[in-house]
Amino acid sequence: MSMGQSPTPGRFVQCANCRKTLFLAEFLRDLKVCGHCGHHHRLTWQERVEATFDPGTFEETDTGLRSVDPLEFPEYREKHVAAMAKTGMADSVVGGRARIEGRRVSVAVADFHFMGGSMGSVAGEKVTRALERGCDELMPVVAFCASGGARMQEGLLSLMQMAKTTAAVERCRSEGVPFIAVFTDPTMAGVLASYASVADVILAEPRALVGFAGARVSKQAQVVKAPDDFQTAEFCLRAGMVDAIVHRRELRDHLGRLVGALGAHLAPKEALVG
Amino acid sequence: MAKTWKEWMKPLLELEELIEKLRAAAAKETDPVEHERLEAKVHDFERRRDAVLNVMITRMGPWEEVLMARAEPRPYTLDYVDAMFTEFTELAGDRRVGDDKAVVGGPARLDERPVMVLGHQKGRNLQERTFRNFAMCKPEGYRKAIRLFEMAERFRMPVVTFVDTPAADPGVESESRGISEAIADSMRVMFSLTVPVVSVVIGEGGSGGAIGIAAANEVLMQEHAIYSVIPPEGCAAILWRDPAKGPQAAAALRLTARSAGELGLVDRVLPEPFGGAHRDPVEAADTVKRAVLESLAALDRMGPNEVKRHRYDRFRRMGVYETV
Repeated sequence: MSMGQSPTPGRFVQCANCRKTLFLAEFLRDLKVCGHCGHHHRLTWQERVEATFDPGTFEETDTGLRSVDPLEFPEYREKHVAAMAKTGMADSVVGGRARIEGRRVSVAVADFHFMGGSMGSVAGEKVTRALERGCDELMPVVAFCASGGARMQEGLLSLMQMAKTTAAVERCRSEGVPFIAVFTDPTMAGVLASYASVADVILAEPRALVGFAGARVSKQAQVVKAPDDFQTAEFCLRAGMVDAIVHRRELRDHLGRLVGALGAHLAPKEALVG
Repeated sequence: MAKTWKEWMKPLLELEELIEKLRAAAAKETDPVEHERLEAKVHDFERRRDAVLNVMITRMGPWEEVLMARAEPRPYTLDYVDAMFTEFTELAGDRRVGDDKAVVGGPARLDERPVMVLGHQKGRNLQERTFRNFAMCKPEGYRKAIRLFEMAERFRMPVVTFVDTPAADPGVESESRGISEAIADSMRVMFSLTVPVVSVVIGEGGSGGAIGIAAANEVLMQEHAIYSVIPPEGCAAILWRDPAKGPQAAAALRLTARSAGELGLVDRVLPEPFGGAHRDPVEAADTVKRAVLESLAALDRMGPNEVKRHRYDRFRRMGVYETV
């Protein structure tokens, strides 16, 4: 875990927001939400899967996809290798099939710990495949977003992932396949300005950073004075850009109801196909 | 390294200024001997200018391409609209909050054929640039684009877009009106169209701001245009905490037309008049027009659903990775 120093390693952790000391067991049981201030700490993709889907139902797909360094971008290989070693992941997104409240879903889960969750060719391909799998196998699609944006190190190829994933969302729309996006901390830039924002339903975790321009880029662009909660989930809710802010412990239930309601019409089709 | 096109082109611009002065003096000169002498001087300096230009253009690296793509005298969208189309009728507004002057569009005719034209619009002086918000679209710009795309679909008009923006507008207002959603939705609507779409990158293809109107069946790119996931200065600020390292970032990002072509991300790289499109805007527009007509002719052979499928497949292929 990477959320501050604990006074007694292994038994206690410190909240990254309010700095209060928490029992590790309690903290984990609360899905890494601080019992004092409610701060939602970032999850790894495995923790997200455990917190969200029916136990034992997650089945990973597209495990063989590996990033290459098509531009021979400075230090990309080294950073990528270090991220793989740190996270045990092949890239920033994990795709698969799972069940929520017994209902089948196609899923894509991003993990911020892998190069800031950035979207390059592999992440874009996995998200696209998750959306297409929803169409091909007639099941709703759920994507957990956690990303600083497009991956600079793959240049224009990363920009094109924005178009590719968005095309797949349009395919879902035209085929009546529901797509639900969950904005977790952070959901930014190239990911926000592509597939994430055109989901049928958008949920966000409390106080997640959600915005178009990164802080450092914004500073260069001389952004005028912003409200205190600028680029947060709460700001987005007020602006009408997300449907609801949902506490992590209620996400499974919330998603289950949405998947059930929006995806109910797919079941008879599935029977016909099957 | 030069920070702007003007700074980079200074030796050339100074020579051209001198040539203009000599030419004016020669025109006024009544003494035939002195007139002849001045004319000869003009020719001499013109040769020198051509030599200087030749060296500058043949030695262009990625950073010079950035400067050229941003060059003030470069033809902008409305210049191409004037040169390539007839009967252009500008339409304004997103029917929600306002009209974004950073993007212009409307129906026009391309050799008699009705088409929908749309593009980012830069300004040539400070007043114009402010009016056009430096071609940085706000959400209403993309929502105006969506309006025109949907209209094109209803009336079976092919769509031609011109891409020339440093980036989408990153301000507070844009965030609160959903700039990300507007860009994404514009792309999404483009993917829903069954009429052909051709995009031409004529200057700066600035990240999300550019791809928001460039989800096309065919993407053409002028020789000295750039197309990038992030402005080189922004990339340098993030990677090396130093926006001044833009030239290094420009090289790393492979944002030139040639690189985009080599990566298969644009379909054709269109040659420009030597020294850049602004040195012969008529020839530049003629080249773009011929290329757009050729692209549309190829797409015309497809049925509506095939056109939509073609666009999906074009982007579906994009991405470089290994499978183990």
